Amino acid sequence: MLKLDSVHTYYGNIKALKGISLKVNKGEIICLIGANGAGKSTTLMTISGIKTPHSGTIEFDGIDITDMAPHRIVAMGMSQVPEGRRMFSSLTVVENLDMGAYLRSDKKERKDDIEYVFSLFPILSKRKNQTGGTLSGGEQQMLAISRALMARPRILLLDEPSLGLAPLIVQQIFEIITRINKEQGTTIFLVEQNANMALKIADRGYVIQNGRIVKADSAGALLEDEEVRAAYLGV
Amino acid sequence: MEYFLQLVLAGLTKGSIYALIALGYTMVYGVFKLINFAHGEIYMIGAFTALIVGGALQITTDLAPSMIFLISLVAAIFFSAAHGATMERIAYRPLRQAPRLTALISAIGMSLILQNYVRLAQTSDFLPFHSMIPDIPWLTPGVSPITTTQLTIVVTTVVVMISLTLFIKFTKMGKAMRAAAQDRIMAQLVGIDMNRVATYTFVIGSVTAAIGGVLIANHMGQINFYIGFLAGIKAFVAAVLGGIGSIPGAVLGSFVLGMAESFGAGYISSAYEDAFAFIILIIVLIFKPSGLLGRNEVEKV
Ligand SMILES: Nc1ncnc2c1ncn2[C@@H]1O[C@H](COP(=O)(O)OP(=O)(O)O)[C@@H](O)[C@H]1O
Ligand SMILES: [Mg+2]
Repeated sequence: MLKLDSVHTYYGNIKALKGISLKVNKGEIICLIGANGAGKSTTLMTISGIKTPHSGTIEFDGIDITDMAPHRIVAMGMSQVPEGRRMFSSLTVVENLDMGAYLRSDKKERKDDIEYVFSLFPILSKRKNQTGGTLSGGEQQMLAISRALMARPRILLLDEPSLGLAPLIVQQIFEIITRINKEQGTTIFLVEQNANMALKIADRGYVIQNGRIVKADSAGALLEDEEVRAAYLGV
Repeated sequence: MEYFLQLVLAGLTKGSIYALIALGYTMVYGVFKLINFAHGEIYMIGAFTALIVGGALQITTDLAPSMIFLISLVAAIFFSAAHGATMERIAYRPLRQAPRLTALISAIGMSLILQNYVRLAQTSDFLPFHSMIPDIPWLTPGVSPITTTQLTIVVTTVVVMISLTLFIKFTKMGKAMRAAAQDRIMAQLVGIDMNRVATYTFVIGSVTAAIGGVLIANHMGQINFYIGFLAGIKAFVAAVLGGIGSIPGAVLGSFVLGMAESFGAGYISSAYEDAFAFIILIIVLIFKPSGLLGRNEVEKV
């Protein structure tokens, strides 16, 4: 469904990605783990078209999206929940959700989808007229995920959804991610620094280090891997 | 009392023109964090277009003056909007990922190009601009405190401001602009086309600047290729004064500036009229660095 082939991305002359190749199949949960500064966010921003790669190709559903504008990629069915949530902080919860559905014109189904995300995250419906900036970190993350779902993506990219959140909230968010994958059949590409949780819900995983993929295996195998355990699982 | 009223009206008129120009600065800055130094030139081009189209119609047809005014206004709006949109395409769009200083230099270059292109195509002399706004009978010059042009300027500005507010608040493109102003990357991630937002932003700013240019030319009676420079700087000052990036701020800043200039010139000295803008700016920025209605935004990394 999504395929990267030796993607190089630079910031000026800083080489952030030095030949990333990976594949995500339909219906899978794939995670990308790596330390701070390894190039995880850059990988997602390059896939979403915010950064144009220096070389290499990206294919989505067999179509070359390497040089495609970000809004077209969203229209093809890919949404991203970026690192740091990026709320529209002066807009209310409902207005944020409406922005997520920016490309859709089906009013009625949009209403149903708002009900659906409220069923996933009931706390959001209690906050629906509050502005994004007044929410707690966990609520903001829930809103960021919900906003991405409002575009009805076929693949969802998530950038460190657990960052800075209490373990209980993280647990809840990971359960919802699994549920979205099972109920809606949405393919998930999950980026995490905190690898334990991510590998537990994932089918397969990749390890990124200094802009390169250094390991690729099933999630179970990565959880057992000595190097991975030492570097990313803190055991 | 009569003198005071005259100064108020003169201040309102000036403030209206500044507001029409300042909108373009503030909108472009709000979305792209770019100071479009060539914006004053768009206003100047609007005035020239009206002069040429209006002049030609006055000579070749016997249309009513109000018709000629409307046609030349529409022509000016279209011509300026085309310049604004083209400018964005060739001078700024390719530099959107580049450091801000690069785009700023491009803006200064654009400003010089447009000034000199009008100077070459026209002349560097002041050209007389015969007012095309017909006098409203009940506003007898010398008796009524407000002139027809002044009234037209103030009313037009109010109508433009209201329309723009409604556009930003209720249309899909208006929402896209607000989202882009808050977070350009997130806006793209929800599917907003930044190129379209850019085109709309520059076109709207150019339309209001062109309206300002046509109105002021009718009011002042003469124009040359350089009028965009001073008006542009003043409007920019007004935008910063109000808090650059904020639309209500630009309007407020413009009226504060217009009034200050009018009263400064009327009660202190008209020799320093142009200096009052900067004095006010410095005073406000000392006490409120983000401008009157500006938010104290933390730079996003
Ligand atoms: N906007 C930027 N400008 C310059 N360098 C950047 C920028 N963003 C990221 N980098 C660099 O690119 C590398 C990868 O960063 P990033 O993709 O954010 O890593 P991660 O998400 O894995 O923490 C880092 O070395 C980082 O310093
Ligand atoms: Mg990151």
